[in-house]
Amino acid sequence: MIRARGLGRSFGTKRVLRDLDLDVADRDALVVTGPNGSGKSTLLAVCAGLLAPTAGELEVDVERGRLGYLAHEPLVYRELTALENLDLYGRLYRVPERRERIGMLLERFDLWEARHERVSAFSRGMQQRLALCRTLLHDPDLLLLDEPYAGLDEAGAALLDAELAALAGERTLVVATHEPERLAPLATGRLALT
Amino acid sequence: MNYLADVGALARKDLRLELRSRDTILSMTLFVVATLVVFSFSLPAGSGEEAAYGLLWVAILFTSVLGLTRAFAAEREQRVLDGLVLAPCDRSAIWLGKAIAVLAFLALAEVVALPAFALFFEPVTWEVVAAVALANLGLAAVGTLLAAMAAASRARELLLPLLLLPLAIPIVVGGVGASISDDPGRFLGFLALYDLIFAILSWASFEYVVTE
Amino acid sequence: MSTSLRNSSAVVLAVAAFVLLLGGVALAFYWVPNAPVEGFRQRIFYIHVPVALTSYACFGWAAWKALRLLWTRERRYDLESYTAVHMGVIFGILTLVTGSIWARTSWGVWWSWGERQLVLFLVLFLFYSAYFMLRYSVEPGPRRERMSAVYALFGVVLIPVSFMAIRLAEGLIHPVVFDRDPSDNLAASQLTTFVVCFAATLALAASLYVNELTGKRVDERLRELREALS
Repeated sequence: MIRARGLGRSFGTKRVLRDLDLDVADRDALVVTGPNGSGKSTLLAVCAGLLAPTAGELEVDVERGRLGYLAHEPLVYRELTALENLDLYGRLYRVPERRERIGMLLERFDLWEARHERVSAFSRGMQQRLALCRTLLHDPDLLLLDEPYAGLDEAGAALLDAELAALAGERTLVVATHEPERLAPLATGRLALT
Repeated sequence: MNYLADVGALARKDLRLELRSRDTILSMTLFVVATLVVFSFSLPAGSGEEAAYGLLWVAILFTSVLGLTRAFAAEREQRVLDGLVLAPCDRSAIWLGKAIAVLAFLALAEVVALPAFALFFEPVTWEVVAAVALANLGLAAVGTLLAAMAAASRARELLLPLLLLPLAIPIVVGGVGASISDDPGRFLGFLALYDLIFAILSWASFEYVVTE
Repeated sequence: MSTSLRNSSAVVLAVAAFVLLLGGVALAFYWVPNAPVEGFRQRIFYIHVPVALTSYACFGWAAWKALRLLWTRERRYDLESYTAVHMGVIFGILTLVTGSIWARTSWGVWWSWGERQLVLFLVLFLFYSAYFMLRYSVEPGPRRERMSAVYALFGVVLIPVSFMAIRLAEGLIHPVVFDRDPSDNLAASQLTTFVVCFAATLALAASLYVNELTGKRVDERLRELREALS
C-alpha cells in the first residue's frame, strides 16, 4: 500500500527526511517512533500527499477519498459546531448515510452531548476526539495518525484503544507516537526515526 | 451534480462563519465609508466631478484588499485547508466556494458604499452599478486565488496587496471608464472580458496553488 | 545542463551576442540615415523597441517553463522560469529607462502617461516585482515552485489585457501626447538595423540567461553535495 525508496523531504536547507525506505502492506499497522524533530509528522504528511517528496520516490496506493489523516491540529473550524464541521467533511467526502454515520461516531467518542457547541468551546481532549471523528468519518482504507493520544484523558484514550483495536487487521494503519507500548499488541512493524 | 454541491457546502460554510463573527463584513463596510470621507477632504474644491469617480474605484479596490486578506484566515489558523485539500472533491470547488463568499461580502459593503458615494459626491448611474458588479467578479476571482498564495507565505497580509494591485489595474481602468466615459459599453465589455479570462485562469490554477 | 566552463553553447551565445551588439550599435549610429522628422534622437528606437520586445520574449519564455513545470512536475523548470523572469525584469527596466530618455529628448518630459509601452512596462514591472516578493516570502520547495509558476502564467496573460486597458484609458484617463507608432513604414535600411539590434538584444538576453541559469545550477549542486556530506 505504501512504498518508499530513498524518500527525502527538505524544508529549504533543512533536511527532515533522508533516504528512507518503507514498505507498508495492506492491513499492516506500522508504529513510527522518534524524538521531536525526527520527521514523524513530516513522514505522515508526505504519505498523505500534503507534502511532495523532494528526493526519492513514494507510492501510496490509495485514492484520495479513502485516506484518513490525523494531524497535530484538529483541522476543524473553531467557530463551527462539531456537527457542522462533520457535516461539511461528510459532504466533501461523499459519506453515504452521512447523518447516521456522524451520529454514530459522535456517540462512540462521547461527543454527542456537545454536538451543537462550537469547537472553540471544546477542551483539548474534546478537540482531539472530534479530530478522530473527522478522520474516521469516511471509513478510510489507510489511516495516518500523528500522535493520536495527544491531549486525551484516560477515558478518551480508552475509547481510542478500542477503536484502534477494532481497526487493526481490517485497515492499514501508520501511527506516529511517543507511546509505542500502547500500540504494541496490534503493531506489525516498527520504524524508528532519528 | 457533486461539484456544485461541494461548492454550495463550502460557500455556505463561509457565509455561516461570517454570520457568526461578522467582523469581516463590518470592517469592510466601515472602511469603505471612512475612505470615502477621507477622500472628501482630499479632493480640492473645484475638482471635476469625474475625479470623484476615480476615488470611488480606489475605495472599492482597497476595501476588497481588506476583505481578501481575511479570506483564508480561518483555514490558515487551523490548517483546515489541509483537511479540505485531502477531500476527494475538486480543489477548484474550494476556490469557487470562497470566491462566492468574497463576492457576497463585497456586494454587501457596496450596498452601503454606493449610496454613501451618491450622498457625498456624485450620482450613481446604472453604468456605475454594472461596472461595480463586473469588477466584483474579477476581484473575487483573482483575489481568492492570490489570497490562497498569500496565506501560504510568511508575509501574509503584506503580500496580498502587492500581488493584487497590478492585476487590478485593468479593473480600475474599466470601472472608471464605464463611470465617466460617453461610451461605457466598451469599458463594460472589457470588464466582462477580464472577468472571463481571469476567472477561468484562477479556476484552473487554484489546484496548483494549494497542493504540492 | 553542463556546468563546465567549456560549455560550448554558452560560449557561442556570448560571442554571438557580442558580435551582434557591436554590429547593431555600428549600424544604428553610423550606417542608418537620420529619421526624417525626429533626427538623431530617433536612434534610441533601435535600442528601446528591441529591448522591450526581448522583455516580452523573456516573460513568455518564463511562462512556457512555468507551464512545463506544472505539466510535468519536473523541478528543474522552476529555476529556468525564475531566471527568465529575472531577465525579463532587467530588460523591462532597460525599456523604462530608454523609453524615459526618448520621452525626454522628444517632449522634454521624463515620463508620459500617453506612452503606451512605458505605462505597460510600469504595470509589468510592478507585477513581476511582486513575483520576487512572493518567492522571498515562501520557503523554497515544491509549493513555492508551483505558486511561482501560476503567477508567471498570470503575468503573461496580463500583458495583452493591460495593453487593452491602457489603450482604453488613453484620452479618457491619460492625456494623449503624441501618436507615435514606431513600427510604421520603416525604410529598408531602418528595418535591417532594427532586425540586427533585435537579434542582438535577444542574443544578449539568451546569453545572460544561460549564464545565470548555469550559475544557479552550480549553487544548487553545491548545496546538494554539502548536504550529502553532512
